[in-house]
Amino acid sequence: MATTLPSETLAAEIPAETSRGPASLGAEALRRFRRHRLATFGAAALVFMVVAVVAGPFVYRVPIDEIDFKAKLQTPSWAHPLGTDDLGQDLLARMLYGGRISLAVGIAAMLIAITIGVAVGAVAGHFAGGVDHTLMRITDLFLSLPQLPLLLLIVYLFRDLLKAALGPEAGVFVLIVAVIGGLRWMPVARLVRAQFLSLREKEFVEAARGLGAPPFRQVVRHILPNAMGPVIVAGTIDVAAAIIAESSLSFLGLGFPPDIPTWGRILFDAKDNLDFAPHWAIFPGTAIFLTVLSINYIGDGLRDALDPRKVLGH
Amino acid sequence: MSKYLLRRLLISIPVLAGISLILFTILALAPGDPFEELATNPNVPPEVAANLRAKFGLDDPVAVRYVRWFGAMMRGDWGFSFASRVDVDTLIMQRLPTTLIVLGSAQLLGILVALPIGTLSAIRPYSIFDQIATTLAFIGFSLPTFFTGLLFILFFSIYLDWLPFIYRADISATGWQFYWEHLRQAIMPVAVLGLFQGAALTRFVRSAVLDVIRLDYINTARAKGLSERVTIVKHAVRNALIPVVTLVALQIPGIFTGAVITEQIFRVPGIGSLLISAILANDTPVIMAITFVFSCLVVLFNLVADLLYGWLDPRISYR
Repeated sequence: MATTLPSETLAAEIPAETSRGPASLGAEALRRFRRHRLATFGAAALVFMVVAVVAGPFVYRVPIDEIDFKAKLQTPSWAHPLGTDDLGQDLLARMLYGGRISLAVGIAAMLIAITIGVAVGAVAGHFAGGVDHTLMRITDLFLSLPQLPLLLLIVYLFRDLLKAALGPEAGVFVLIVAVIGGLRWMPVARLVRAQFLSLREKEFVEAARGLGAPPFRQVVRHILPNAMGPVIVAGTIDVAAAIIAESSLSFLGLGFPPDIPTWGRILFDAKDNLDFAPHWAIFPGTAIFLTVLSINYIGDGLRDALDPRKVLGH
Repeated sequence: MSKYLLRRLLISIPVLAGISLILFTILALAPGDPFEELATNPNVPPEVAANLRAKFGLDDPVAVRYVRWFGAMMRGDWGFSFASRVDVDTLIMQRLPTTLIVLGSAQLLGILVALPIGTLSAIRPYSIFDQIATTLAFIGFSLPTFFTGLLFILFFSIYLDWLPFIYRADISATGWQFYWEHLRQAIMPVAVLGLFQGAALTRFVRSAVLDVIRLDYINTARAKGLSERVTIVKHAVRNALIPVVTLVALQIPGIFTGAVITEQIFRVPGIGSLLISAILANDTPVIMAITFVFSCLVVLFNLVADLLYGWLDPRISYR
């Protein structure tokens, strides 16, 4: 782009602009995202992973809990592509099933974190003054909470209640997702607040105000859409952080029960057999690592793509 | 200086009170009675249990219970462990030094790795060194500590058989042998935690130095004939450290996550592994006390970061 002459660029882009219309903002972001090669790789890897865990169990129809002691602790083979665990259960089937839970926890916890964060940040940034001050003190307070110990404490205290109310699987899922999301909204709240404080003084918001837009419309139609860029980036990173949090919890043996083989849970079961069955730990660990790495690279690419200051630079 | 310290200390008190309020609310909202274990024990007659309830004021209003609980926590009166039948504070004080040594060394290792690598990356951005360092840093903080820990054990303990993978507190050797054994068993937990911290820190240092290095005063320093080394170390890095200290302070609560996991993997006898065993044994007083200790440590380290901040940035210092 830097080598083309300005006149050529203009000639090439003007007709394209008019034919593309207002959608070009998203297309432009996509173009810039695709320039980030590792982010594109990350997106491809993540899509592959999601397709594998969603569609995989329909194609690879081996049950996750078929116990076969004759085939225990086997290394990868044609019968068991990723080997078996100490009960002879097929690891590929378990990982495909567990991956669903791990990814679902990550996405659901991210949605909770973003919802709380946007709400708190928007209220603080919109009302300013005392409300802002109080909300930001609470945000700071939550930022200085020790996450994992608190997560462990809450899961320990409330697990039985939710298990009784929603059943063992749904109860643990809701609890873990709510707590991880409830402990990760603070950065989003800060970002949104900062965006609100600067955007509310911008001319286009003043124009909307002058035209008589009520406060709710100003926020929802004018300020919030323009504040979403950093939130999307933070949300992407949050998915990775939530997956790590869930895996940590399961790895400590305090997350999902053994019959729900999330990746962290498989690692927990595998860690005492490292010396004679390393594959059992390496596959789920690598799956967690690759997912987190892909998501972090996607976040990096989105940061480049959604940063409006970069429009002129590239 | 002492006035600044005093003010920071006074600010920490409401933070600590806020954290303890959150902890207490969680405990108060939890179903069941935290002292159920005593009440359902067949060896304790019902009237004794009722007396105990009255003695500990379990049926008082919530606000009264909170004030009393917070007061007891602050005095170090943390109750009695159900599982190991000793006072919680003795139990924790036995374990706390190990945790602090491992955490401190890991954080030191992280800084020692991150400072030079981040600075070198920023001096020559987009060079081969920078690209390798940035990629490794990205991989480093995407690798969860529980997986790195297992990989280290697999490689260094099982495959190469160089390092022990269980941390022992009762080493019988004496003299140099004693310290050598301690060092050897601490290498893996410290490395796992330190490299993870270092990876995230490297990115912070790189972007902070990159922000500073283009400023005019750096050119001035070069123009007046200072050597490149003095320019970078004394002028650029020192100023770049100011935002880095803030980010390190924000990272502190996260370090404890890594600490709990590393202690659990390598069986380091610190308060993190004590927390896990207390949860498995339903030992509520120990769980509450450890969570409270972790919160105090967060507040304490934030205080240290504030003091460092004042030392690094004379513009805000000690007013």
